[in-house]
Amino acid sequence: MIAFRINGRRVQADSPPDTPLLWVIRDELTLTGTKFGCGIGMCGACTVHLDGAAVRSCQTSLSAVEGKRVTTIEGLARNGDHPVQRAWIEEQVPQCGYCHSGQIMAAAALLAEKPQPTDDDIDAAMQINICRCGTYQRIRRAVHRAAGGAS
Amino acid sequence: MTKYDLSRRDFVRAGLAAGAGLTVAIYLPGCSRMAEQVAAPTPFKPNAWLRVGTDGSVIVVVDKSEMGQGVLTSLPQMLVEELDADWSKVRVEQAPAGDEYANPAFGIQGTGGSTSVRAMMQPLREAGAKARHMLIAAAAQDWGVDAAALSTENGYVLETGTRRRISYGDLAEKAAAMPVPETVTLKNPKDFKLIGKSIPRLDLDDKVTGRAGFGIDAQVPGMLVAVVARCPTFGGKVTGYDEQAALAVPGVRHVVPIASGVAVVADGYWLAKKGRDALNATFDRGAMAGTSSSSISARFRALGARRGVEARNEGDAARALRGAASRLEAEYEVPYLAHATMEPMNCSAWAQADKCTVWVPTQFQSGGGYGVRGIAAQITGLPESAVEVHTTFLGGGFGRRFELDFVAEAVQVSKAIGAPAKVIWSREDDTQHDFYRPASYNKLAAGFDSSGEPTVWTHRIVGPSIMSRFAAMFGPLPNGLDASSVEGAADIPYAIPNIHCDWVRADVGVPVGFWRSVGHSQNHFISECFADEVAHAAGKDPYEFRRALLTNAPRHRGVLELAATKAGWGTPLSTGRARGIAVAHSFGSYVAQVAEVSVQDGKPRVHRVVCAVDCGVYVNPDIIAAQMESAIVFGLTAALYGEITIENGAAKQSNFHDYQMLRINEMPVVETHIVESTEGPGGIGEPGTPPIAPAVANALYVLTGKRIRKLPIVL
Repeated sequence: MIAFRINGRRVQADSPPDTPLLWVIRDELTLTGTKFGCGIGMCGACTVHLDGAAVRSCQTSLSAVEGKRVTTIEGLARNGDHPVQRAWIEEQVPQCGYCHSGQIMAAAALLAEKPQPTDDDIDAAMQINICRCGTYQRIRRAVHRAAGGAS
Repeated sequence: MTKYDLSRRDFVRAGLAAGAGLTVAIYLPGCSRMAEQVAAPTPFKPNAWLRVGTDGSVIVVVDKSEMGQGVLTSLPQMLVEELDADWSKVRVEQAPAGDEYANPAFGIQGTGGSTSVRAMMQPLREAGAKARHMLIAAAAQDWGVDAAALSTENGYVLETGTRRRISYGDLAEKAAAMPVPETVTLKNPKDFKLIGKSIPRLDLDDKVTGRAGFGIDAQVPGMLVAVVARCPTFGGKVTGYDEQAALAVPGVRHVVPIASGVAVVADGYWLAKKGRDALNATFDRGAMAGTSSSSISARFRALGARRGVEARNEGDAARALRGAASRLEAEYEVPYLAHATMEPMNCSAWAQADKCTVWVPTQFQSGGGYGVRGIAAQITGLPESAVEVHTTFLGGGFGRRFELDFVAEAVQVSKAIGAPAKVIWSREDDTQHDFYRPASYNKLAAGFDSSGEPTVWTHRIVGPSIMSRFAAMFGPLPNGLDASSVEGAADIPYAIPNIHCDWVRADVGVPVGFWRSVGHSQNHFISECFADEVAHAAGKDPYEFRRALLTNAPRHRGVLELAATKAGWGTPLSTGRARGIAVAHSFGSYVAQVAEVSVQDGKPRVHRVVCAVDCGVYVNPDIIAAQMESAIVFGLTAALYGEITIENGAAKQSNFHDYQMLRINEMPVVETHIVESTEGPGGIGEPGTPPIAPAVANALYVLTGKRIRKLPIVL
């Protein structure tokens, strides 16, 4: 059993220690907001926060999160009203929506670190996250909006 | 820990297992617009698309799959426009499988061909208008007044000249008893309040909170997860495997052979995948073991010497070519492409003795004995009426989810193990076992008269057929011609007196299928690049050249002019940049794009795309703009990176490291301009894809002097 905190709650997971955090979150803890996209850390659909930093949960083993704080899309804001989530609605960003849990977690981590990111900052932080629907233009606008700056 | 069934639609929206054994359900407060939030009874059900609750809730049943294109919003917009209901009370629900939901465009219940809005505008407007008529009739009866004295507004029936009014909710029970009118008058478009407005999408609250239930999120009590080992070579078979080694992996419950390979069934995905890794499967690679991209290309080229099935023949092209003062010839090639939906293929099924339930992100629910319902019935031996289909959100479709291979696997596994089963494909499975956008080889020729005017255009296409696989549903190919193989080529809009287009069918065993905009995607690349070649050969500006030849194609010309004007065609650009232009008609809509391109570090860089679209009467301009952005990224990704190469009869690429996607740092600025029109509605999901590859390639020619005749683009 490996103990960690997820979305503010203490949990003990009994998956094998080498299980990627993604599958512990999805299959054992049944938090399905975090998505499986590639399994090799190339698409960002599985992005969660580990002690506040954006990580790819498909590349993070269960053993690596022992005693740490994990935040998923379900725990980003109590009412689903994190500034990034609000900006995503205001800019009408998602289409199919599958990648956006990961996109939003990546953007929230970026803004926590750089409250006023430039376009280059956004490119650097967000280029790991693929959106097959091509919502990138709106993602960029929404990150600026969430930062409170001009879009 | 316990898994559980939380929501009415049988998938968990948000559950949190906290501590050992304790499960806590959390409904994030938010404001989901899904119909399951409606608690009131809904007695007024005038048709298959609408229920009105006693609390005034308006539930619109959407029979098209939501895969990003916005149908959960645009379809209700059309119905509610005529119903005159309060938009804030609208909730949406995904339709079950049912004959009443057959797509008017092709007779089966499916989402594709950019048909959702254009096929459903009339039936949904009529459905809303008839329901409104019944609500008015109920109020007239209740008040003992003439229905002609009543009007509606925002969910109320009002009496003209008095302050009397009654809500739709209060009328719901009485309206249910009113006769359904046979005919009804629709609103004058000048009175539209919803159609033509950028109404915010109804599915986004769920999509920014992780609540939206995709297929992969389906949860059914007792459900196991299956991963399937398949022969990597198309048409090959699994011949041997170590069942005991897979079963020795803790959590692996079953190893079952199914039609496509061997399924390893476990408590979760990771355990099932570990079990599959332990199988050590061996294969009979079959007849395609020696097939490669180079052997396919050589075969296509050899077949290019033959005459094909005629797709268009105007004038006398052969004679015109012989008599031409000058000629231009070119060969174009395009590769196979995978769909790469963000959500890998998956399906959950529970095949029981007397019923089969399927939870699936699908574009094809039922019809013609196929669809999810048909295939599940075939596998289980149950009648179709015993198959229940729950369409989840689709994490992308692009045509891939019209296929039923992953559905068959889930039903077969569930039947074999006697329990609910969810089949999940890895990204590698998804990339290597797709139904690919067809590769093709193309020979083109143009001839000019002594004044430089083009007099003849010929195009021979060599490639496989998609539609022949669907003959049981859509009938045999008319005259042996697969229209999807020549769309975007046979229908070039230019006024050239002699035009010939033919198609040589070349099926080589690589599975092919519908890929966003289908034949238009590759054929418009070829015809719009060659049009550019012809323009330059004639010594003309490529925009003016097209414009002059679009005399009989006013809507093509309209979008071409709009895109050129908005892009500042002909005005100076900063050093190192050039513009390219292309126009395409597909799925009932006309799109022109101007791409502004440079070369950076030896690679193309697209800075700006100006897109003009004429889709007739439009429903939701912001969704249209979003679809143009999306379709441009889709086509640009293919142009810059897309290639599935075949080695030893298998797809070489496997994941996003070698099948690359466009990322945010490569995103051009996209500006969309919509033509005001009273024409009938056109499609929107696909028509933005065809013009981008030729627009970019044509700009690169200006920059480099080199023609791009093969995709993906290599400078």
